[in-house]
Amino acid sequence: MSTVTTTVKPVMPAKHYLNDNYGIRSWLLTKDHKRIAILYLVSLTFFFFLGGIFAALIRLELLTPQGDLFQSDTYNKLFTMHGVNMVFFFLVPSVPATLGNFVLPLMVGAKDLAFPKINLLSWYIYMVGAFFSLATMVSGGVDTGWTFYTPLSSGYLRTHVALMAVGIIMAGFSSIFTGLNFIVTVHRMRAPGLTWGRLPLFVWSNYATSLIMILATPVLAITLILLALETVFHIGVFDPKYGGDPVLFQHMFWFYSHPAVYIMILPGMGVISELITCFSRKRVFGYSFVAFSSIAIAVFGFLVWAHHMFVAGISQYSAMVFSLLSMAVAIPSAVKVFNWTATMYKGSISLKTPMLYALGFIGLFTIGGLTGIMLAALGMDVHVHDTYFVIAHFHYVMVGGMVTAYLGGLHFWWPKITGRMYPEAPAKLAALITFIGFNLTFFPQFILGYLGMPRRYHSYPEEFQVLNVLSSAGASVLAVGFLLPLIYFLWSLKYGEVAGDNPWGATGLEWQIASPPPTHNFHEVPVVTEEPYAYGEGVAGVH
Amino acid sequence: MQFKLPLFPEQASSVAIQVDAFYLFLVLITTFFSLLIALLILFFIIRYRQRPDREAEQIHGSTLLEIVWTVIPLGISMVIFIWGAVLYYHIENPPANALEIYGVGKQWMWKFQHPGGQREINTLHVPTGRPVKVTLISQDVIHDFFVPAFRVKNDVLPNRYVYSWFTPTVPGSYHLFCSQYCGTKHSAMIGEVVVLKPDDYAAWLANGKAEGSLASMGEKLFQEFGCVTCHRPDSGARGPNLQGLYGRPVRLSDNRVVVADDNYIRESILNPNAKIVSGFQPIMPTFQGVVSEEGLIQITEYIKHLSSQESDPLNNRTTPTELRDNEVPTIQQELQQGNQPAPTPGKKP
Amino acid sequence: MSTNQTITTQTTTTDTTTTEHHPALAHHFDSMEQQQGASTFGMWVFLLTEIMMFGGLFTAYLIYRIKYYDAFVAGSTSISVSWGFANTLVLILSSFTMAMSVWAAQLGKRKAQVRLLIATMILGSVFLGVKAKEYYDKWDECHIPGHVIGKGFNAWGGCDVNNPRLGNIADEIQEKAKDAGVTVPEVSAVQTARQSEIFFSFYFAMTGLHAFHMIIGLGLLAWLTLRANRGEFGPAYFTPVELGGLYWHFVDIVWIYLFPLLYLISRHKHVA
Repeated sequence: MSTVTTTVKPVMPAKHYLNDNYGIRSWLLTKDHKRIAILYLVSLTFFFFLGGIFAALIRLELLTPQGDLFQSDTYNKLFTMHGVNMVFFFLVPSVPATLGNFVLPLMVGAKDLAFPKINLLSWYIYMVGAFFSLATMVSGGVDTGWTFYTPLSSGYLRTHVALMAVGIIMAGFSSIFTGLNFIVTVHRMRAPGLTWGRLPLFVWSNYATSLIMILATPVLAITLILLALETVFHIGVFDPKYGGDPVLFQHMFWFYSHPAVYIMILPGMGVISELITCFSRKRVFGYSFVAFSSIAIAVFGFLVWAHHMFVAGISQYSAMVFSLLSMAVAIPSAVKVFNWTATMYKGSISLKTPMLYALGFIGLFTIGGLTGIMLAALGMDVHVHDTYFVIAHFHYVMVGGMVTAYLGGLHFWWPKITGRMYPEAPAKLAALITFIGFNLTFFPQFILGYLGMPRRYHSYPEEFQVLNVLSSAGASVLAVGFLLPLIYFLWSLKYGEVAGDNPWGATGLEWQIASPPPTHNFHEVPVVTEEPYAYGEGVAGVH
Repeated sequence: MQFKLPLFPEQASSVAIQVDAFYLFLVLITTFFSLLIALLILFFIIRYRQRPDREAEQIHGSTLLEIVWTVIPLGISMVIFIWGAVLYYHIENPPANALEIYGVGKQWMWKFQHPGGQREINTLHVPTGRPVKVTLISQDVIHDFFVPAFRVKNDVLPNRYVYSWFTPTVPGSYHLFCSQYCGTKHSAMIGEVVVLKPDDYAAWLANGKAEGSLASMGEKLFQEFGCVTCHRPDSGARGPNLQGLYGRPVRLSDNRVVVADDNYIRESILNPNAKIVSGFQPIMPTFQGVVSEEGLIQITEYIKHLSSQESDPLNNRTTPTELRDNEVPTIQQELQQGNQPAPTPGKKP
Repeated sequence: MSTNQTITTQTTTTDTTTTEHHPALAHHFDSMEQQQGASTFGMWVFLLTEIMMFGGLFTAYLIYRIKYYDAFVAGSTSISVSWGFANTLVLILSSFTMAMSVWAAQLGKRKAQVRLLIATMILGSVFLGVKAKEYYDKWDECHIPGHVIGKGFNAWGGCDVNNPRLGNIADEIQEKAKDAGVTVPEVSAVQTARQSEIFFSFYFAMTGLHAFHMIIGLGLLAWLTLRANRGEFGPAYFTPVELGGLYWHFVDIVWIYLFPLLYLISRHKHVA
């Protein structure tokens, strides 16, 4: 461990993974998990802002009740591409492929992931998928909604469903390979002394995420393959005109897409565990409960898919079963929230930017999760299904939860990744702006949904306008909140303060090595003898 | 821009109040727990902020607390589940005496047919004070029948009937939204549910230019398509007797027993081989592509109104007919040629 | 957290020519054991994902089979059980030669490895050849679903004007029923034949996905053969062959499921 006092300014290490090798080839053919994480970071950032532009255009259109900014078909493409890009090309890979790829091997004391070449392959497969997605957009886009319900998508629209399906399948395979890599790494490459009970919770979360990735994503692949075949050859699998069942498509689609939302949120929860412990200088409250709750979420997450289909024509009795199970899946998340809060009790809390994001996560995820329970309640769901209530719910958990956690993690590990600190004051301001903008954007949507405004509506009755204007105003603030980090992170690459090995005084193997780390991570194999988050007396002071 | 800021839709059905009450309960729970967490966090970050004179206290955990905050949320969520399920059961199951209206959704409009034959497009007139059951089907993609003021919603599927029921309570005009994305003009597939007091409703019905009730139009189709050639009450008929059939159980050739509801009738017309009534041959041709959705609705209404005769529709045949292909021309051929098939084929040697 | 300087490597192999840095040892692994264990585990995880993918397809197939049982039986009569059975034997034999090649690799028998891998590839190609013949038959008989490929789906006598029996499933239904002493009118048989289109959709999707995996498998085997020929595999390091074997056995097992699901339901007696 390194002790940093104010009299010795840290310096950048002479050789590290970024300057070890120069040139395009050394990046495009790298096997270093850290460089692959950076490759992902760049691609994901691109898709985040692309999806964000679509969102901005949507909110711009919804300022007025009439559909006067775009034609209907264009608007339908906007919300479809917003959903597809955000879900498949940003959220699913976000934490695992960037922070997970970078930090997970460090956390287990390994020199790399189990299969570095497959790691690089997963990025290339992602890029192929990204290419298909962009090709779809350029050739006119898809307007089926990101859920691709049949028979609309298989027989009634002339847009490039099959092309988009291929892109999503590729992105799915990319995530399967990432998950496979993580599972084998966690099982087989832990440092001596690093038992499962000593793993950081970030590893537990990513492990649970990986389990979902490998089991659920193949079902999406086959569903989309069948959809693509249906669209091109009209084979009749999902179209009632040819004897197929459109509700079967929904079952197969949601069998993946519900666990997918846990793929999206679990890694974020792992980040929060790291942030809360570090910035409260405390071990986590109820470690085993938090660790096993990740596995519980992964398991239960497979049992609840038809809660997206309560009014889709399933039998009342299966609806009741799925509603009951959906209540069960919320409990482990609640346990996490309570444990994080209890971790702060009698801690020593500092409100650095990552902690601000972590606290924002807990608040917003709680609201998002509880509104999820509201949706799981059958009598309630009948009224608010397919309305803006659902949109508000999932943006609270996805943006208020996941994106917030992602930003928090990015700020936390930025010094480790780049060797430099981001500027604290603008960062705190951005966090605040994001929080305000987010709530202003999405809270009115709960009300809109209960009022009855349906999803995917290009134009709407006049009485909904005030709330829509509020929401769009919030979106503009949120956009600023998201743009600021882009600017100051890039700024910090050149002008940021040199961070040193452990600017936060955090526990964890990743903080015992230089920032940025050497290519091979550890000079000697570390041996672990303590529990995680051992923030007892005598740990390094804060930078 | 209008400065209206409503928070709740109107409560215009008997179930709206119940849904709103449930919603209020859920909002209270959500607010309570969100505030609890938020206030705790706020308190902690102030009370336990980093100070030079204090170290954090390393607490492992407390199994008791874990149990408490697992069991209590579980209990609350079970209450929520039960309340929601009971309410849902009520929302999904119409009472027996409901006024039956049929609706067909298609890109991008709604077509409604009242039992008396009145037709509406994008508007639905209903009376207050009695349950209304709307049987719905789509002509193309999946739509959704959503009336926020009634708090009811159901996806409208292209291959089978679904239904939605409500008892309107307050006269007025309410939005009908399609809330399952259905293509270009999804947001324009908006209709209006006009709730009238019973007298006004009766007056509206009387004014409607009906060509005859749904059942009478169905009877016409029944004759036109030649259904009557086989589906007759006499013992020599080649098809099951449809009088008194609706709503009764039917035994099939594979010994299953199904109930003859709307979906059964529709399937039997479009895909007759799927369910063959015990004692009958699979000779009925399919009318897929021949009958429209509205036609199917009219025929179904007609069948519903056939009064029951003395014979029990369950096994109302004593001797099955044996047909040999080389002896009897197929039914379709007959229909194509415009022939009336022999009225009593009887048993062939 | 303390970081003691401890290097942990274990060499338990008895091969005296192996040093601590076997040429195939990747830099991020500590030992060949760890590498081999991780690689094998990774392949099992990958096969698990494949099971989920085929599983989704099988589930959809089973749902439609229950819904359209007669049509599925009828469709199944038009694919040849003999060829399917022959293919099954071919694949099982190829799994045997594959397993033997892993054995040969473990013992460092270079020539045997190469020969057995080549035998596996030949058998795999035979399988694909038979499949191609079956696909051609389907094309000829107008049993390809949809109306984009070939002459369009027609299973009720309209495939060839001069030969109304070609690909005529409606005929098959009536014949089979007659053998069982039941009369099925033409109208009914034609309707069932129409519904069999969905059977063929699944037939092509399932066997197509399987064949796609076999082609990839052949590519892997070719690459393994090249490496085996260079003498890369021996007792200290045969992991790639082992993983190739796992993959090949998996592809074989998928076929063991496909064969009864697709071909053997036609063996069922006619259902009135």
